[in-house]
Amino acid sequence: MESTYLTLLSTVVFLPALGALVLAFFPREKTEAMKYFALGVTALVFLLTLIMALPSAGDWQFDAAVTDMQKVFSVGWIPSFNINYFMGLDGISFPLVLLTTFVTMLSMAASWPIEKHVKAYCILFLILETGVLGVFLALDFFLFYVFWEVMLLPMYFLIGVWGGPRREYAAIKFFLYTLLGGVFMLIAILMLYFSSDLKMLSKDQLVAAHVISPELSEGEQAARFAEIQAHTTPRRTFNILALQQLGQHTDAFNGDVLGKPLQWWAFLLLLIGFVIKVPSVPLHTWLPDAHVEAPTPISMILAGILLKLGGYGIIRICYPICPQAGYELAYFVCALGVVSMVYGAFAALAQKDFKRLVAYSSVSHMGYVVLGIGVWSAVAGNEFNADAWKMGMNGAMFQMIAHGIASPGMFFMVGVIYERVHHRNLDQFGGLFAKMPLYSGLAIGIFFAGLGLPGLCGFIGEVFVTLSVWSFNHTLAVVTASVVVLTAAYILWTLQRVYLGPEYKGPHGDHLHPMTTRELAIALPLFVLAIAMGVYPQMVFHYMTPSVNQTVDDLAGWAQRNAANLPQMAAFDPTAPAPVAPALVQAEIQ
Amino acid sequence: MNLYELFNSLAADSARSVAGFQGELALCVTIVLLLFLRIPRLTSRIDSFFVMLIGSSVALYLAGPWRPLEQPSEIFTGLLVYDNFTVYFRTLLMAFAVLFAVFTKISGVPDRDAAPDIYALVLGATLGMCVMASANNMLMIFLGVEMASVPSYALAGLLKGRRQSSEAALKYAVYGAGAAGIMLYGISLISGILGTVHLPTMAVRLAELLQPANLEGGVGFDTHPVLALGGMMIMVGLAFKLSAVPFHFWCPDVFEGATAEVNAFLSVASKAAALALLARVAIGFGYIPAPVLVKTAPAASVETAALYNVADPPAEAPAAESAAENTEAKAEAAVGFAPLPNREAQIAALAPAREFIWKLVAFIAVITCTFGNLAAYGQTNIKRLLAYSTIAQAGYMMMPVASAMVLAGDNTDGARNAISAVAFYAGAYVFMNLGAFAIVAFLRNMLHSEEIADYAGLLHRAPVTVICFCIVLVSLIGLPPLAGFFGKYQIFASLVDAKLWFVLFIAGLNTAISLYYYLRVVKIMTIDPEPDTRRPASMSYIPGTFIVLITAPIVILGVWPDSLNALARIATGQLF
Repeated sequence: MESTYLTLLSTVVFLPALGALVLAFFPREKTEAMKYFALGVTALVFLLTLIMALPSAGDWQFDAAVTDMQKVFSVGWIPSFNINYFMGLDGISFPLVLLTTFVTMLSMAASWPIEKHVKAYCILFLILETGVLGVFLALDFFLFYVFWEVMLLPMYFLIGVWGGPRREYAAIKFFLYTLLGGVFMLIAILMLYFSSDLKMLSKDQLVAAHVISPELSEGEQAARFAEIQAHTTPRRTFNILALQQLGQHTDAFNGDVLGKPLQWWAFLLLLIGFVIKVPSVPLHTWLPDAHVEAPTPISMILAGILLKLGGYGIIRICYPICPQAGYELAYFVCALGVVSMVYGAFAALAQKDFKRLVAYSSVSHMGYVVLGIGVWSAVAGNEFNADAWKMGMNGAMFQMIAHGIASPGMFFMVGVIYERVHHRNLDQFGGLFAKMPLYSGLAIGIFFAGLGLPGLCGFIGEVFVTLSVWSFNHTLAVVTASVVVLTAAYILWTLQRVYLGPEYKGPHGDHLHPMTTRELAIALPLFVLAIAMGVYPQMVFHYMTPSVNQTVDDLAGWAQRNAANLPQMAAFDPTAPAPVAPALVQAEIQ
Repeated sequence: MNLYELFNSLAADSARSVAGFQGELALCVTIVLLLFLRIPRLTSRIDSFFVMLIGSSVALYLAGPWRPLEQPSEIFTGLLVYDNFTVYFRTLLMAFAVLFAVFTKISGVPDRDAAPDIYALVLGATLGMCVMASANNMLMIFLGVEMASVPSYALAGLLKGRRQSSEAALKYAVYGAGAAGIMLYGISLISGILGTVHLPTMAVRLAELLQPANLEGGVGFDTHPVLALGGMMIMVGLAFKLSAVPFHFWCPDVFEGATAEVNAFLSVASKAAALALLARVAIGFGYIPAPVLVKTAPAASVETAALYNVADPPAEAPAAESAAENTEAKAEAAVGFAPLPNREAQIAALAPAREFIWKLVAFIAVITCTFGNLAAYGQTNIKRLLAYSTIAQAGYMMMPVASAMVLAGDNTDGARNAISAVAFYAGAYVFMNLGAFAIVAFLRNMLHSEEIADYAGLLHRAPVTVICFCIVLVSLIGLPPLAGFFGKYQIFASLVDAKLWFVLFIAGLNTAISLYYYLRVVKIMTIDPEPDTRRPASMSYIPGTFIVLITAPIVILGVWPDSLNALARIATGQLF
C-alpha cells in the first residue's frame, strides 16, 4: 500500500515540477502553447486531488471518516540525520491541498494577459505549486522546511519580474520577511530535534506516528520496537507525528533554555515564522506591498494559498508539539488575532488603492484564523469546554478555506478592472454596474462573501470563531463581533464607490468592455463555491471536522492530564459536566 | 643507541610513512617536472597544462585509499597524522587542483608562458595545504601554513603589469609575514611551557597542568596567562589564513587585485585547509585522541602503541611502552605534575582549555560572519563582493568548531557531527566558490568587466550561465534544496546541540542579512533591463559546459546530501 501512496502523493507534488522541466524545452516563441501546457498540468493536478475527494476512488480515495493520517508513506532520505521522505494526508491538510490545486488552476487561467518571459513565468509558477503542495503533505519536519523555503525564490521572481512599478522593493521585502521567519523556524526545528527521543514513546505511539509502519505484522512491530529501545543514545526524529506524541505525552521538550522551557521558545519561534506568513500585525507589512505589486494571478495565489500555510503550520505544528507553551501564550496568540482583525479592518477603511484595500482585508480575515486556533488553549474561569475549542478550530479551518475562495476572487475582480482602465484609485471608479453588469454582479457577490454575509462562505468561519471566543473572554468576543461592522463598512463603501453611482468618469472609460469568456470561467466557479459553501458548509466540514476534532481531543486530553500544572486550569473540576454548545453549532460540527 | 640503529629505525619509519604520503609526493614530482620540462628544447613545447592535469590527477588517485582507514596512525615520526580526516581533506584539495587545472585551461589565464610558474606555485601551495590538514606537530603547522602562504603571495601578483595586482601581492605578503611571526611566537610560548611540539603530547601535558587538583591548589597559575596568550597568537595565524576578522584586511584587496582564477584557489583550497587546521589545533589542545598505533617500528610488535615525541630521539619509540605510559613519564619529567590516571580524566581536565578555545573561536566567528555580511552590502565589484562573502562564509564554517569544543567533553557523537559539518561545508564550498569564480572569470572574458552593474540583464545574453550563477548564489545564501543549505543546516544543528544560543541567533540573523546582497546580484542579472550599449558577445559552449558541470553537484548534493555527508562522517569518525 505504501508504494501506491508514494506514487500517488509524489505525483501530486512533483507533477508541476516535472511540467516545469518539460516547459524548459519548449521553443521560445510558442507562448500560447506554454500557457496551455501549464494550465493543463495544473488542471491535471487538480483532477488528481479531486478524484481523491470522490467516494469511489478505490485506493486513491480520501476517507473522510478516518481521523488519523491516511495515504501515509515513509522512505529514508538522509539517514545521517534520520530524515525521511514522509508524507500523508488528513482532514486538515486535504481541504487545503484541494484548495491549492483549484486556486492554482484558476490563477494559471488568469495568467493569460502575461506577455513578458512567458516560459520563465510558467516554470516558476509550476515550481511554486510543487512547493506549496509539498508543505501541506510533508510529515517530516525537515521536508516541510525544505518545501517551505523552495517557495520563496519562485515567488520572489514572480513578484520581482512581473509585478508593478515598485515590484523589486516588494519582492525583496517579501523574501526577507519570510526568510527571517524561516530561519527562526529552522532554529525551532533543530531545538525540537535535539530534544526528541523516540525511546520515550510506547509501541502504540510509535505505530500511531508511523515510525513503526502499521502495515507490519504484530511480531515485526514488536521487533522494530525492541530495535529502537535497544539503542543507548537518544533516537532523534523529525517525524512531525512523533514530535506531537512527544510533546503531548512526555516531558521531552520541557528542558530549560535561558530560564524558560524549551517548548516555550520553540513555540514562539515557530509562531513568528508562521504568523509572518499569515500575516499578523505587526509582521504583516510585507503583505500589502507584495499584493499590490504582484500581478493578478500571483496575488490570487498569495492570498488564496500562501497565507494558509501559516495557519496550517500553527494547527499542525505549534499547538500539537508545544501544547504547554500554547497554553501559556493563549492570550498572546488570541490578542495577535484580534489586533490583526481590528487593525486590518481599519487600515482597509483608509485605503485609496483598490488592491491595497483587498490586501488589508486579508490581514483582517486571517486574524480570525489565528484567533480561532488560539481559542483552543483558552479556558474561561473553571470551565473546561472542549466543544468551544472544537468550534474555534473548525471555524478557523473553515475560514481558511472560505478566505481561499473569496480572496482570490476579490483580487481577480480587481485585476479584471485594472486590466481595462489601468488604475486602481477607488476615488476614480463608480458606475461600473451600468457598463459591466455581469462583472459587477459577480464581483458584488464575491465581495459579500468576503464581508461574511449569511448564506455566503465568509459567514460560517466568522460566526464559529466569534461564538467560541465568547467562552474564553467576553471582551475579545465583543471586539471580534464588532469587527464585522468594520468589515461591512469598508466593503460596502468600496462597492458603493466602485460599482454604484451614475457613470464612470475615470480614465480609459472606453475600455470598459464586458467580461470575456475566460474571465467568466475563472470568476464563476469562485462565485458558485462562495455560495455553495455558505449554504452547505457541510461539504467542507465533512472532510475536515473528524481530523480537527481529533486534534482538539488529543490536546484536550493533554490539558486534562496536566490540569494541575496549568495556571489557567487550577480551578478545573474534572467531574463537572461539560456545558452544552449551542444547538446550531452542534449540528454544524456533526 | 648508535647511529646505525637510529638510521635503521628512521629508514623503516620513513618507508612506512611514505605509503601514506604518496599523493603529496606525486605533487612534488609534478612541480619538479613543471619546472624542468621547460629547459630542454624538446620538452619545452609541451603544454604545461597537461603536466599539471596528469600530475594532479595522479596525486588525486594516490591521495585517497578510496576506502576508510581502519586505524589512524602517525607518520614521519609523529610529524603528520594519517587518518580519515587527512584523507578527506587531501582528496578534496587534490580534486580541487584537478578542477582548477581544467578551469584555467578554459579561461585562458595563465597564458602558456606563465603557466608552468603558476601551476608550480599552485601545486606547491596545495602541498602546504595538505600538510596543514594532516599536521600533528606545531612545527608542521607552521611549515604547512608558510608553504601554503608563500606561493599564494606570488599568485596574488600574477598579473605582472597591473599596479593593483602588485599592491595586492605586497599587502598579502606583509600581512602574511606579520601573522606568521605572531603565530610562531605563540607556538614557541606554548611549546616552551608544555615542553614539546608534538600535539597529542602537548594535550596530555596541558591536561596535567590543568588537572582539578592543580586548579584548586593554585598550582601552575603563573603559566595560564602565557598559555592563553600563546593560544591567541596561534589563533592570529589561523585567522589570517581563514581571513577572519580582524585579520581579513588583505582579503578584499587581494581578491580585487588578483585574477578570478587565483581567487578561486585562495577562497576554496586555502579556506578548506585552514578549516582543517583549525579543527586539528582545536581538537589537539582540547581533546585526547585514542592512542595511535604505530605498526612498523622495527623492534616493536604490531600491538605496540607508542606516541612519538619530537623532544626525544624518535628511536626511543621501539622501547615497547604504551602510549599513555610513555607520555605520562615524559610529562612528569618535563612539567613536573602528577600524571592523570586515564584518558577520561585527561579529557575532563582539559575542560578549561576547551572553554577557552570555544569562546575564542565563537567570538571570532560571530564577528567575522557579521562583519563580512555587512561589508558586502556596499560592494560594486563582484570580486570584492565575493571576497566579503568568503569572509562571512568563513565565519559560518568556524562555528561548528566552537560547538565541537563545547560538546567534546561529554557528547563525542555531537562533537564528531559538528566537525563533519565543517567537512561537508568545505566539500560543498568547493563547488560553490569555484563555480562563482569560474563564472566571474568567464564573464570577464566575455564582457571585459568585473563590475556588478555591467551584468545587468545578462539573463537574455547568457541564460545558462546566469541560471548557474543564481544557483551558486542562492546556495551561498543557504536555501534548500541546494548544497549550501544542508551545510548551513548542519552548522545550525551543531550549534543547537551545543546550546550556543547566542551564536545561533547571530548565525540566523546573518543568513537573513546575506540574502540582500547575494540577491542583488541575482536581481541585476535577471530583473534589470539589458543596457543598449552592450556589445554583442556570447558564451561559447565549453565554458558553459564547465559551469553546468560545476553547478550540478550543488543541486545534487542539496537533494542527496548523504552522498557527501557519509564521507564527512567517516572522515571525522576517528577524531574523537
